[in-house]
Amino acid sequence: MPILTIDGKTIEVEKGTTILQAAQRLGIDIPHYCYHPGLRIAGSCRMCLVEIQGVPKLQIACYTEATDGMVVFTQSEKVQQARRAVLEFLLVDHPLDCPVCDQAGECYLQIYYMQHGLHPSRVREDKLKRAKVRVLGEHIVLDQERCILCSRCVRFTEEVTRTFELGIFNRGDRSVVDVYPGEQLRNRYQGNLADICPVGALTDRQFRFRTRVWYLDQAKSICPGCSRGCNIVVDFNVRRGYKAGGRRIPRIRPRPNPWVNQYWMCDDGRYGFGWVEGLDRILSPKLLENGHPREIPWAEAIRLAGAWIGEAAREKKLGVLLSPRMSNEEIYAASYVLRSLGVGNVGYWAEPATPGDEDDLLIKADKNPNTYGARLITGVPQEDHLARMVEALSSGAVDTVLIFLHNLEQARAGRAALETLRRAKRFVFVGTNWNRTAAAASLVLPVTAFTEQEGTFTNFQGRVQRFWQAVEPMGQARSALSVLNELAASWGIPPLPDNAAEAFARLASENRAFAGLSYETLGDQGQTVRASEEPGVVGP
Amino acid sequence: MRIPQSERELTWWEKIYLPEVVRGLAITGRHFFVNLARHVLHLLGFNKVPKGAVTFQYPEEVRPISPRLRTVHRLARRADGSPRCVACMMCETVCPANCISIVGAEHPDPNIEKYPVRFDIDLGKCVFCGFCVEACPEDAIRMDTGIYDFAAYTREGMILTLETLLSLEPAPYVKVPPQDRAADPGPIHARKGTVAPL
Ligand code: SF4
Ligand code: SF4
Ligand code: SF4
Ligand code: SF4
Ligand code: FES
Repeated sequence: MPILTIDGKTIEVEKGTTILQAAQRLGIDIPHYCYHPGLRIAGSCRMCLVEIQGVPKLQIACYTEATDGMVVFTQSEKVQQARRAVLEFLLVDHPLDCPVCDQAGECYLQIYYMQHGLHPSRVREDKLKRAKVRVLGEHIVLDQERCILCSRCVRFTEEVTRTFELGIFNRGDRSVVDVYPGEQLRNRYQGNLADICPVGALTDRQFRFRTRVWYLDQAKSICPGCSRGCNIVVDFNVRRGYKAGGRRIPRIRPRPNPWVNQYWMCDDGRYGFGWVEGLDRILSPKLLENGHPREIPWAEAIRLAGAWIGEAAREKKLGVLLSPRMSNEEIYAASYVLRSLGVGNVGYWAEPATPGDEDDLLIKADKNPNTYGARLITGVPQEDHLARMVEALSSGAVDTVLIFLHNLEQARAGRAALETLRRAKRFVFVGTNWNRTAAAASLVLPVTAFTEQEGTFTNFQGRVQRFWQAVEPMGQARSALSVLNELAASWGIPPLPDNAAEAFARLASENRAFAGLSYETLGDQGQTVRASEEPGVVGP
Repeated sequence: MRIPQSERELTWWEKIYLPEVVRGLAITGRHFFVNLARHVLHLLGFNKVPKGAVTFQYPEEVRPISPRLRTVHRLARRADGSPRCVACMMCETVCPANCISIVGAEHPDPNIEKYPVRFDIDLGKCVFCGFCVEACPEDAIRMDTGIYDFAAYTREGMILTLETLLSLEPAPYVKVPPQDRAADPGPIHARKGTVAPL
């Protein structure tokens, strides 16, 4: 295997590794625009030029393979000069509207100019005018003046989504990126274009102007939109609370994970998190009398729920429905607490998968983030737990129900079940948002959304992945874990630790599938419950 | 920053307190009588004697202000009356008091990227540093209204909204006539030496 030296540091890499990748492994950042680890190498921007000993001309680091004995300099005077020259060319026609550009603050043209350029403009000619606000599709808008023609976006539609909507048209300084005539972006991954565009040419219509990126803080998380469990970063803004209409989370974006989502995420997940701060969030515990909610304090809510559930459990008249939208810890806590109470049939129900609503890239038909985990932890196969509960309710075998996080309205079977549930004597609903199921309940307990708590989901591959807390809970919402623990305490059952990491440790010590896993070993890339797999190439 | 160390120990004379009170009264009294004497002498036509200290009868009497004085903000308008501000939030970012809050939106004209739909300045927090004016790339926010008496009865009253900021006009530039300038004793440091040390 080739051994090469970069800026005096030596590294051994596999054959076929490029200089840029080798440098990244050494922690040396070679400026680049067109190179993206998820796309084919184009070698068109020339930003990554480096000096190689014995080679008369500078070479591009993103395309040149490392060979044995190679000596590379990334900071020599020649290289610096080349970078300045490339930046100067890129800026010849650049509008420099940084103050109003949504990319400002995370723009690589700005960053590299500050690091390597810092030259005054020598251009006396007028700048070329191009289209400023070209709407390319539902989520993306293009500013052709800001484009540096790195072709990342074109390659993305060619290689990742294979939808071929974008191309580069005309020649020379008239070249522009655009959609093909009569076309528009209609793939379900277009949000990624705004992420991969190194400048502010492609911006996200939903995120645009909502805030400035320097107000944002980041938390690592997992998208709860489907059973793929794409790794994401939640960008939240608590320093300027009134931004984005008072909402704290203006955007989420993908976080690379070679085993799960590579560098991408789908638009359904990216734009479908509005509910975490929706107007329909349940902000305090509610007691419903004839469908009219009345706010009650938590202490009373716990006392009522404890009394109702405890009584029904003693009489063996309790039906429980967990949800695969709960985290592993919550499902574990629920089954531990309820089983300790003597409830036999603690099962979960998953809203049926949407057949056909999946593809080879990321989107899965099962829209729940933790169906696998729910099956592993409850030990119940995914057979129709809801139907059994409805039957028991109709026959009178059950008169009190406890339902977590469901929106039964969404599925046909659920709608039918809801009619029966309304007739239950007591119906405790634990959830995040108001829906018809919550409205049918007699007691509603608000719990935190995934952005407001810690936990893990197990995706369809059996990969257990952590998510971190981003923002404080909304209203009086509490984590389901702490609610379950308080209920356990009210029944005299030794509660689990309130801390998700310790609850997970308990789960790992009790459940064979999770054995050996802990928050430390999971890290931010997760681990599979089965024998670990090699990173699979996702998509075509 | 240097933090002053513990204070000087008082001497015995100072500790008995009364002599110091009398000394203080004497200083104040001396100022009073010296000024009184100077004013009287002036009235009698002894113009060589330095002038006595003057109190401005605010608000009836307004002291001329420098055009450079940083006064309440306003937002400049384009020719068509729309705000010149492009909601870039540079001022909001630079403001050390966090008193500016802007909400931007897409402008219908593709040549204007965005514009403010809300622009609030909380004067109750503003420290009148003028950084916002410095930061603005559009010269849209200015502190030249000449208004410095903006007290309000409520905290909300101290918040200027977009409409108010746009409606404010720059203070007319008044060149202070030379005779008034002579009448104006000028800033304290410039008067050093003209007032006989007391
Ligand atoms: S793309 Fe970058 S350099 Fe260009 S206007 Fe936007 S922030 Fe500025
Ligand atoms: S729009 Fe962005 S990603 Fe596409 S070529 Fe231009 S700079 Fe590159
Ligand atoms: S003058 Fe200073 S404190 Fe006041 S709004 Fe401007 S930047 Fe903020
Ligand atoms: S800096 Fe100027 S243009 Fe930018 S938001 Fe403030 S007033 Fe508006
Ligand atoms: S990153 Fe190497 S040429 Fe663009």
